[in-house]
Order: sequence, then structure tokens, then C-alpha cells
Amino acid sequence: MTTAIALTRSRRRFSDHQVAIALLLPIALINVVGFMLPIFNLARFSFNRATTGGGIENVLTLENWTGLLRDPFYLELILNSIWISLGVTLCALVLSYPIALYLHRSSGTWRTFLTVLVISPLLTSAVVRTYGWIAILSDEGPVVGAIKSVGLTPPPLMFNINGVFIGLTEILMPYMILALMAGFGRLDPKVEEAARTLGATPWQCFRRVILPLTAPGIALGCLLCFVLAVSSFITPKLMGGGRVFLLATEIYDQAIVTLNWPLASTLSILVLIIFGAALVAYSAVLKRLD
Amino acid sequence: MEIHKTSWLMGLLVTVLFIYLLAPVILVFPISFSGDEVLRFPPTSWSLRWYEALFDNRDMLRAFWTSLTLAFVVTILSLVIGIPAAWVIVRMEFKGRDLLFNVFTAPLLLPTIVLGLAILIVFASFGLLATMRGLVLAHLVVSLPYALRILAVSLATQDRSCEEAALTLGAKPLSVFFRVTLPMLSSGIVAAAALCFLVSFDEVVITLFLTGPRISTLPVELYDYVYNTADPMVAAASVLLILLTLGVILVVERAMGLGRAFVK
Repeated sequence: MTTAIALTRSRRRFSDHQVAIALLLPIALINVVGFMLPIFNLARFSFNRATTGGGIENVLTLENWTGLLRDPFYLELILNSIWISLGVTLCALVLSYPIALYLHRSSGTWRTFLTVLVISPLLTSAVVRTYGWIAILSDEGPVVGAIKSVGLTPPPLMFNINGVFIGLTEILMPYMILALMAGFGRLDPKVEEAARTLGATPWQCFRRVILPLTAPGIALGCLLCFVLAVSSFITPKLMGGGRVFLLATEIYDQAIVTLNWPLASTLSILVLIIFGAALVAYSAVLKRLD
Repeated sequence: MEIHKTSWLMGLLVTVLFIYLLAPVILVFPISFSGDEVLRFPPTSWSLRWYEALFDNRDMLRAFWTSLTLAFVVTILSLVIGIPAAWVIVRMEFKGRDLLFNVFTAPLLLPTIVLGLAILIVFASFGLLATMRGLVLAHLVVSLPYALRILAVSLATQDRSCEEAALTLGAKPLSVFFRVTLPMLSSGIVAAAALCFLVSFDEVVITLFLTGPRISTLPVELYDYVYNTADPMVAAASVLLILLTLGVILVVERAMGLGRAFVK
């Protein structure tokens, strides 16, 4: 505060208030032009009518919304997106939990090193990581090669939902690990030791002590992964080979290929509604945990 | 299920999981040195032909320079706009401070596919599509929240006694800001700059809506390329991108520690 007061005192022409407004003006402008206005506009577009040739009729109509709910293609697409996202979230949780627990128990340089390993995929472009998965799962790749060398017929891995599922799970794991670790703060090794000395089996100790204590972290990680999976675009688009239809890929196709902006907007708002529902479920879970 | 620090089973499990986690990033290294015509692992021969192909690809080179320029401009602007904003939000007391901070960081909560479409529709009517100005503005929307968050944390945890001492000794407030506050903030600034650079340089979904044949960024160009042909040239480009990312990560780690920059 001292600096703030002194800064304005030295130039009596400006009040504290005016300085604050002047310094916040650029970020506020960018926020309004690049965020608030576009989102408000998006909501409005979902009630507009698309005309042939990419035009938009500025009328207030519920057609996009009712059309979406009547069309079996879109109903299936929405349900598919939700189911796949839930599946990916569950897989990411199961695969991330041991890593997070291990990281939580390690210390020093080793922990820093492993944390960097977890975070580095996060900072690597989604295109690069998806390409890596294409290389691994393609017909000439190591996985298919290994399965063939044992004499089995490999299942189709690329350009269908299997590949998207495998790739997406891996791509979302770093988020899950970080969320779990953030929630593991309450896990004191002494509590585990106490449980074990009092005669709990390792499974009992995990089920009755570790799991309940880490539940808030699990809830946070699941929320984060689900939300990211529902809106994921690069991986389904590149690994699905045009045969996997999910919400995000459909938004892009409607916006860029079909040029039906009202429908694309409606699907976008739907994604936001699913986000809201996930948040509500998350806070309900948190309340029950308390 | 034995889960304990000393359990070798746990160690084995974690090793396997780490291999899964890192496989796609590691595999592009050997593939980038492939001598084969098509994507194949393990490659039947080795060569540098895909690096040559990459450096002969004019579209890729042009997109690389666009991305680099864009990321630089976005980073500088994020700092110039973000530092004063963070300072006001952390140091001045006024009603609705928390609300303002949440509004300014809200773009991070939106999925990029939704934000990209929303920005496309608005920018189309402003004539900002496929322009450098439009790309800078769109990238600022997502880079500023990161900058603001990191800078606010750094400012809030800063020791105020030096500033107070300088003020008591008669330094002018502006010179206190430039000669005490700013230098003490340097690690936060470096971390924010590195993150903004990466956010802009790697941004692909929003950018995909805003680019065209006239202007394109490297990630978008790579996306288009993989969509059509996934040959080993992308692996060569990926290796260079990963090395660049690693360099930036090292900068952040040196400046403030990765844990502090990302977990909080």
C-alpha cells in the first residue's frame, strides 16, 4: 500500500483510483474484445438461423436447440463424447494414481527430476504428441509389430476410437498427476504407519486410509480430465481419421467446412453446459466428502 | 496390492507407467533419423533426409518465422500489460479485487475449441482474420491469464521491507518500482515470459480458426501436414520443437522452480 499511496501523492493530478484504472485498462480491453464479447456473441448466435451458403439470419429461434435434440446423429455424438470422456478420465485416474503416489513419497532431486518428466509432455505441443501416438499405433509401428511377432492378429488401432482412447488418456495424464499431487498434501506417512502398526493389511490401509485422504485430489483430477476430454480436438481429429465424431471435431467441421456458425455455436454452448454440469457434480462430491 | 515406498512391484509399475507417459515424445527422436519413405518403427535405414526435407520446405520455414515473431510479440506485450495489472491487483486495495482477478484469468477456464470459434465469429466482422494483429490479440487472450497469475503470486510473496526502506530513505515511488520492485520480481518475470512464449508458440486450436493460406503458424502447418501425410518429416520438426520446449523449461526451472510455476 505504501508504494501505491506514495506513487499517487507524488503526482497530485491523479487519484489512486485513476492510476489503477489506467494500469488495468489494456488487460480489460483485451478481456472484453477477445473474451467477453466473443462469448456473449456465441450465445446469441446459437439462437440465430443459418441460411444456405453460410449466411446468418438475425432472428430469435430455438431451431438449433430443438434440431440438435431431435437428430439421432447429434444425440449419439453427444452421448458418445460424454461416455468416451468418462472412460478416458477413469483410465487416466487408474494409470496416474501410482505415479502421483510415488512422486508424493519421493524427495529431493529425484522428485524434481520426475516432476519435470511429468510436466514436459504437458508443455509439448499436442500435435507432436498425437503424431508420436500415430507413429506408435500405425500399421508399421512397434505395437502392431510386437503383436504380430507373437503370432496374433493385432486389433485395428489407428483411425478409430481405440487409438483416440489410448492417445487421449496419455495426453491427459499429466493434468491428472498434477491434480492428484496437489490433493495429496493431507497424506501424512505417519498416518499410514499408524494404520499398519495397528494391524491393518496393506489393502485395508489403502482402502480405509490412503484412498479417503486423497479423495479430494481424485475429484479435482477427474473434473479436470473430463472437461479437457470433452473439449479435446487435436487428438480425435488426427487419430480418428475422419471416422470418430466427437463434440469438438463437429464444432470445427460445422464452423470451417459447413460454415454453419449458428449450429457450431449451439454445440459450443452445449460443451459449456456439460462443463457446468461437471462442476456441479464436482462440488456435490466435495460436499459429501466433508 | 502392496503399495509402499520400498516395494519393487510399485517401482516396476511406476516405470511402466512412465514409459507409457513418455513414449510418444521419446519415439519421435529415432523416427526423425529414419531413412524410410514412410512412417515405420523401427526404421529399416537411417539418414538425415527428413531434416533436409524440413529445411527445404518453404511453407514450414515461413510458418516457423511467423510463430517465432508472434511468440516474441505476445510475450513482450503480455509482460508490458501483465506487470502493471498484477501490481494494481496485488498492491492496491479496492472493492472487487478478487472478482477482477477471476475475470481476467477466466479465459483459461474455457475450452480452446469454444474460445476459438467465438473469436473467429467476432474477428470476422472486425476484419482480423488471417492477420498478424488478429493472431497477436487472440494469443494475448490466453497468454495474459498465465502471466497475471504467475506475476501476482510473485508479487504477493515478495518481501516488502526493501521497498519500504527505499521509500523511507527518500526514493521517489516510481524509481522504487523500477529499481527495487521490478528487479526483485525478476524470477517471476522470467517464468511468466517463458510460459507466455510457450503458450503462444504451441497454441494450435484457436490459431486454427484464425489462419489461412496467407498466414500460418508452425503448429497449424504441422497439424495440416499430419492430417494429410504423417511421414517422418514431422518427427524431425517435433524433435526441434521438443528441444526448444526443453530449453524454455530449463529457464523456468532455473528462475523459480517448476513446481511453484505450475502446481500453484
